[in-house]
Amino acid sequence: MATPTQSMSEERPLPNGAVAAALLAGGIGAFAVGLMTVLAEASEAIANLLRFSGPVGPLSGKTTVAVVIWLIAWGILGVLWRGKNVDFGRVSTAAFMLLALGLLGTFPPFFVLFAAE
Amino acid sequence: MSVSARELWTVIHGMAFGALFLLAFAGGLAGLYSLRPEWVTVAGLGERLTRLKFGLWAMAAIAWGTVLTGTYIVYPWYRAGDPTSPRSILLADPATAEWHRFGMEWKEHVGWIAPIAATVVAYAVSVYGSRLAHEPKIRRALIWFFVASFVAAGIAGMFGAFINKVAPVR
Repeated sequence: MATPTQSMSEERPLPNGAVAAALLAGGIGAFAVGLMTVLAEASEAIANLLRFSGPVGPLSGKTTVAVVIWLIAWGILGVLWRGKNVDFGRVSTAAFMLLALGLLGTFPPFFVLFAAE
Repeated sequence: MSVSARELWTVIHGMAFGALFLLAFAGGLAGLYSLRPEWVTVAGLGERLTRLKFGLWAMAAIAWGTVLTGTYIVYPWYRAGDPTSPRSILLADPATAEWHRFGMEWKEHVGWIAPIAATVVAYAVSVYGSRLAHEPKIRRALIWFFVASFVAAGIAGMFGAFINKVAPVR
């Protein structure tokens, strides 16, 4: 009878491209949330453009655009890296930096620094 | 004893979805953390993974439900222009204005990072399955993404609870 370790290690290795693409796209999506928050704060014109829903205001556009950017990035990276192995360390570092920047972009004391006069 | 439609939607947004996501986090984290070949048998890993995949996709769906109900149902009531809306009430008093300027402004944006990060983790666990047990780098990255999702949801949930205490949506 095979030991658990033997049985699991017999599994065919899977290229890490799909997971790396999802992770980096997630970082890009989070960054997009922060970026849209800063841009809407910096420009009244952009904030008005992002009023996709009247009752919700610019938040509707900021979040919709960010989700669309996330999904497009995921689609492109997913196709580019399908079946491939990438440098996961570098990709995950980039993903976490983008995620951190996204969190920073949503932090009010930070985004008000860019507030339009 | 009665609950208005607005109060009911606030409860659905904050308690049925938001709180459920935060409560489920510990289970998801434990599941991800313990995906190690030295800790589980093959049979145990299979059973654990089925539960983990279902749980993570459920959490991602709940996170989307939280931000969508919050943004498109509850938030318009919060930010309505009339002087009785919670936003108007908070901004009218300098002692409470920061609840909007800091708390609500952060909550309404940061909350959207939670479903994005949760969906990434659910997808990765579904694709990699039991192979994650042999990929500590990937597993660690997913754990930190999952934690980021929890932190984002936690900030949004905490300010939501406080703000609804100071100026409830009615």
